[in-house]
Amino acid sequence: MRILKNFSFLLAVSAVLFGVIEALIILGIVDDYSLQIICAAGINIMVALSLNLISGFTGQLALGHAGFLAMGAYSTGILLLAQVPFPLAILLGALLTALLGFLIGFPALRLRGDYLAIVTLGVGEIIRVLIINLGGLTGGSAGLRNIPGYAQNIMVNNPAAFLWIFPAVAIALALVANLIQSSQGRVLVSIREDEVASQAMGVNIFGMKLMSFTVSAFIAGLAGALYAPFIGYLAPGGFDFLRSVFFVIIVVLGGMGSLTGTILSGLGLTFLQEALRTNAKDWSQAVAGLFGSPTGGTLDLVPMSQVLFGLVLVLLMIFRPEGLLGSYEFRMTKLLRRGQK
Amino acid sequence: MLEVKDLNVYYGAIHALKGVNFEVKQGEIVSLIGANGAGKTTTLHSLSSLLKPKSGSIRFLDRDITGLQPEKIVKAGLVQVPEGRRVFANLTVRDNLILGAFTRTDAAGIAADLEKVYARFPRLKERSRQVSGTLSGGEQQMLAIGRALMARPQLLLLDEPSMGLAPLLVREIFSIIAEINRDGTTILLVEQNAHMALGISHRAYVLETGKFVLSGPSKELAASPEVRKAYLGG
Repeated sequence: MRILKNFSFLLAVSAVLFGVIEALIILGIVDDYSLQIICAAGINIMVALSLNLISGFTGQLALGHAGFLAMGAYSTGILLLAQVPFPLAILLGALLTALLGFLIGFPALRLRGDYLAIVTLGVGEIIRVLIINLGGLTGGSAGLRNIPGYAQNIMVNNPAAFLWIFPAVAIALALVANLIQSSQGRVLVSIREDEVASQAMGVNIFGMKLMSFTVSAFIAGLAGALYAPFIGYLAPGGFDFLRSVFFVIIVVLGGMGSLTGTILSGLGLTFLQEALRTNAKDWSQAVAGLFGSPTGGTLDLVPMSQVLFGLVLVLLMIFRPEGLLGSYEFRMTKLLRRGQK
Repeated sequence: MLEVKDLNVYYGAIHALKGVNFEVKQGEIVSLIGANGAGKTTTLHSLSSLLKPKSGSIRFLDRDITGLQPEKIVKAGLVQVPEGRRVFANLTVRDNLILGAFTRTDAAGIAADLEKVYARFPRLKERSRQVSGTLSGGEQQMLAIGRALMARPQLLLLDEPSMGLAPLLVREIFSIIAEINRDGTTILLVEQNAHMALGISHRAYVLETGKFVLSGPSKELAASPEVRKAYLGG
């Protein structure tokens, strides 16, 4: 009942939010550029939600979600270029990534402790290197070009992408939220809390971890699948280890085990990263001016975003190690109960 | 009920259990006593299949369970309360208990057993919505036992239930163990506190560096000079 209430609430909020943003787009208040960043944030949020499922709730640190994103994006990109129908290409991209997750998880999740982190880190890099070297299929380091977009007309691609990405984020959220609140979810948390005790209770911890990891890969793959036609051009450089770390930062900042936190920090960090990127040139000129460089603008401040994220993480670990929201969740049922009192 | 024959367990090159033989009969409390590193926990972990024995056989309710997956062993009715309580600290008392019934699907039976556990441990009922990490050590031990009872064990394995508890609480926990046994659950108890263990068990085995050196009715063992000297302080 509680799950049902939260679910219908989630659906209602999503629908309202969707309507509001759509209205703002039509009225021209949200311009094409902002919409692009909103879509990018949606992709990031989906990957971060999937990462929170395996790392935040199940307690298995994964450091290769950029690899899953790449797997989904490239699969769908290649399928779209081969004229596979649109919805099928998206679905196949997500399913192939889930299969990959299953195949990686099968050996890696048998081990305890931090092995999954090491294996996923390795696999993420292997995927990237494979993409570079399988030039015939993936375009190599030059990238995969001219992927068909959501709309025939490139000028309206972003609004069309939004129509897909927003519902997908809502579905991913509903999927993870329902999984967490079900009895299966309680079991996943018990694995995070204490594997031995969980096993002593008769939990097949390997099977449960594998389920969680495969679902996680599926959602990350779906994010990648939606990303390919949104961005239209894929290059292996966008799926490196730092990208995986970026997803970890989103999850840790929002709170390991808080979906609300993941969404907020996913939105915030995507916009922050964009702001740092676009303003970096102005700043670098300002900084260069400070040091009296006559040319100005020779200092590259784009990597500063990494420094800033690192600093944020260090401060977070010192002052609020559980993340901004810890394991807090915003729930309508809670609000209603409070209202009745 | 439980029959262990010639069990050999290794940790790498270390021979931890050297051909152990013992049995537990329906309705008994049997205790395994011994010093640190004697192999008590190793024995329990082998029974629950958390460790794979190199050789030997474990029969439970006339069925060979050697090397079966841990979850199947729990389903068969052999449930362990692990050493050091190991409650799921960030989950509520109630969620911990419900997780204990993980292998069961009968919702009505689970609800009834939950009430039984609450009746046996009223303090858990008072704190059912509290996060279990905030319980005291004794309450956590009660929760760990209650959680195992939720799986409806035929044979309950208890690993050091007295660990880290005040003497008064130890007495309380042991009287609860005796009560659980009277209500029909067979118990295999591993303890360093030999005095308390021999006090409530029917029979006992004494482990020393991977081998059973003594066995017999607990009363006789408690009176034997070797045991008194080595484990009961003279």
